[in-house]
Amino acid sequence: MKHVDAVIVGGGPAGLAAAIELRRKGIDDILILEREKKPGGILRQCIHDGFGLTRFGETLSGPEYAARFVREAEALDIPCLTDTTVLEITPDRHVYASSSEHGMMEFEAGAIILAMGCRERTRGAISIPGTRPAGVYTAGVAQAYINLKNKMVGRRVVILGSGDIGMIMARRMTLEGAKVLGVFEVQPYASGLPRNVEQCLNDYGIPLSLSHTVTDIRGTDRLESVVISQVDDHMQPIPGTEQEYECDTLILSVGLIPENELTWMAGAEKDPGTSGAAVDENYQTTVPGIFAAGNVLHVHDLVDFVSLEAEALADGAARFIREGALPACNLAVRGNELVGGLTPSRISGTGDVTVSFRVRRPLRNCTVELMQGDTVVKRRRMPKALPAEMIQIKLKADDLNQTDDLEVKVTC
Amino acid sequence: MEQWDVVVIGAGVVGSAVARELARYRLRVAVLEKELDVACGNSSRNTGMLHAGFTYKPGSLKAECAVEGNKEFDQVAAELGVPFKRTGKLVVGFTDHDMENILKFKAIGEQNGVEGMRIIDKEEVERIEPHAGGEFAMYVPSSGILDPMAYTIALADNAAQNGVKFFFDRKVTAIERYIANDCYLIHTPAGAFRTKWVINCAGAYASQISEMLGYPNYPVRGFKGEYFVLDKKAGEFLKIPVYPAPNDKGGFSTHATPTVDGNILVGPDSYVTEDWEDYKCTKDHLDGLIRDGSKMFKQMRREYFIRNFAGIRWKRVDEDGNVLDFKLESDQQHNPNTVNLVGIESPGVTCALPLARRAVARLVEVEKPQVNEDFDPVRPAPKRFYDMTREEQAAAIAEDPEYGEIVCRCETVTRAEIRRAINNPLGVHTVTGIKNRTRATMGRCQGGYCETRITEMIEQELGIKPTDVRFNHAGSYMFTGPVRGAQASDEAAEGSVSA
Repeated sequence: MKHVDAVIVGGGPAGLAAAIELRRKGIDDILILEREKKPGGILRQCIHDGFGLTRFGETLSGPEYAARFVREAEALDIPCLTDTTVLEITPDRHVYASSSEHGMMEFEAGAIILAMGCRERTRGAISIPGTRPAGVYTAGVAQAYINLKNKMVGRRVVILGSGDIGMIMARRMTLEGAKVLGVFEVQPYASGLPRNVEQCLNDYGIPLSLSHTVTDIRGTDRLESVVISQVDDHMQPIPGTEQEYECDTLILSVGLIPENELTWMAGAEKDPGTSGAAVDENYQTTVPGIFAAGNVLHVHDLVDFVSLEAEALADGAARFIREGALPACNLAVRGNELVGGLTPSRISGTGDVTVSFRVRRPLRNCTVELMQGDTVVKRRRMPKALPAEMIQIKLKADDLNQTDDLEVKVTC
Repeated sequence: MEQWDVVVIGAGVVGSAVARELARYRLRVAVLEKELDVACGNSSRNTGMLHAGFTYKPGSLKAECAVEGNKEFDQVAAELGVPFKRTGKLVVGFTDHDMENILKFKAIGEQNGVEGMRIIDKEEVERIEPHAGGEFAMYVPSSGILDPMAYTIALADNAAQNGVKFFFDRKVTAIERYIANDCYLIHTPAGAFRTKWVINCAGAYASQISEMLGYPNYPVRGFKGEYFVLDKKAGEFLKIPVYPAPNDKGGFSTHATPTVDGNILVGPDSYVTEDWEDYKCTKDHLDGLIRDGSKMFKQMRREYFIRNFAGIRWKRVDEDGNVLDFKLESDQQHNPNTVNLVGIESPGVTCALPLARRAVARLVEVEKPQVNEDFDPVRPAPKRFYDMTREEQAAAIAEDPEYGEIVCRCETVTRAEIRRAINNPLGVHTVTGIKNRTRATMGRCQGGYCETRITEMIEQELGIKPTDVRFNHAGSYMFTGPVRGAQASDEAAEGSVSA
């Protein structure tokens, strides 16, 4: 067994950014564990551009964005074991990992950074009825086949869900000569970013149908058709609105779920609002010395924010490695009924904190108030707020007291 | 043309069990299967119960074989390396009528030779399984759970290892008898098979084959049921199958059953279908499962859903629609050298080997074949990486470094295990076939992480083109060709991000 000051689980954008920032804060003994053969995470298959506007002030492709961090980590000599899968994390911060090259490994970590990212919601999870032919892919799997493996998955395509990857795949498959019949979204609004509705669908004449869903999948060997129905206000299919679309491929872009199996194994508590770990203002989970940032904590819209969050995490993690503990965070953070995916869930009132959340439905002319007791700590007026766009508000320690819980109120 | 001693039609659990029992003799045996793998029909589309035998009419083949199959299964599972747990079962009731039916079937069970059944009160139900519903229950200690797909694969592997040949993608279209040569010619689109004996194990299609052999086209009726598969996270809440009290005819509605791998199955419901392969799931029935399943299992929650599926029990029925017993027959006078098995449905998995022995006995009685002294009933089944201790895992990787590469994250399946599965004794190459041999893609991400790796391994290991990879059926291609202008270079393909 080997001691490592900081074990980072995942060499995607969160893990790489956390590693680099930890090194800058003087932590020398860092190890990144990455299950793929190269670092970069999901960015490796995101060959479209639009990454980096916030973080670097320019637009990059996914591999280009990742390469900046990979190069920096290499320049800083931060070791990264690839083709290495973490099997278990214990509450006392032991990490078990295996690889063909190094066999079974056990590390005793000063701190553990969880940066496993997220996975896609599947057909089974949303119980789409029908048969089970080939040709039904999640957007990320289709993207991996096309962009990493050079294999075309189909020619006549229906896309369910207007998540960003679904819309990007609509454009990608069109560019590869496939016919994309349409994107269907069960909600009355697009779930991905407005810029992707413009650049991936409208620019290519791909129709987006809101309040529609797939109600049947047909075909025994390969997909032959899907049935699309309009849904009512409760998202229930409306009988009589069925339309059959002949297609050989159905792409699902129906949501992302933080990949937290190792988090729960380590004994960390869940935040019911995000489905990720409950963390405090230092991104520390309920297990001391185990931190989480990026999409494993809550799903972000832009990788830039993943990197920034992971960089912010490094401060607390470095302090923990040096001092063995962080100040207690006893104040709860709560949101009202319009607030979803709120992090962190606890703060101390003595440190700076970034509060992140999403509105639960599209809103116009709303007000966001962060309150402690009757005191408004910060107020922001927003002409428009969309669930697709995460809202982040920074609070200074000086503005906070150490006695009252923090309430996030969105009013319209 | 090659001459076979026996052709078995159908590689479901019964056909595979028959093949395995035939391998005990010096016979040239071919199994013809219309799909690309074993157990593609209802052999795998069921709850995976090792039934105790308390709902079947005393004296029936169902009752006799279920009790026999149940008693021997510890040994069978050990021989074939099949995961199996004798969990017992709770048959729970809420009303006086439920109690009447439970007592009625308890008496039938006792008549059938089922041991140890007892009525327990709510307090004991909650002690045995706190997440079970019900005001009282019958506890049946001999019931158990197994993976019916893994069991069928094991039977077929063991048959193949002892010399039986399996032929996939061979749908039987006609059977001719050549009286002068004392043989049958079995026609398939991929050529004919000449054989002395024919054993009909065609499952849903058994009545059609029955007619081709000269027996009646027995009327059957399809009782379809749908299921939810729940995440292993829900598996923590249920350790024993929980069934509702049987109805007056001994049928069970929606129940909750742990699987031997730690998931939960909720279902099946039951409704009549006319379509031989109507395996689609429907919104109405899935909604019904949520409603009824919650009565049996208090943790039935949408967040646990990872998949759903359907199966059909093709029951033999009389003119009035009453369900009849399994049919096992031979007729040397009119249809010589044939054994006919029709209407084999639940409890067909439990009964597979007992039925196989009875079928093979008909042949042995006539043919008196030489015993195969080399028959090995033991199928090698290496321990799964997932089931190993850390020390065993470390040793496995030291022995074969491919054990160190985790291909399927959710189910912790290694590259070594996938490679072994691709090189299975039956020569099955579908993605679903690899799944059923390893559990890769069966977890909560449903292949989101590992499917791209598995298809690539299939291509590399077998030297086939991506367009020749099949998902499950013969026409289930996964790729339509390369991306436009793509180079064959792997490095170009891998979207390198290093400097």
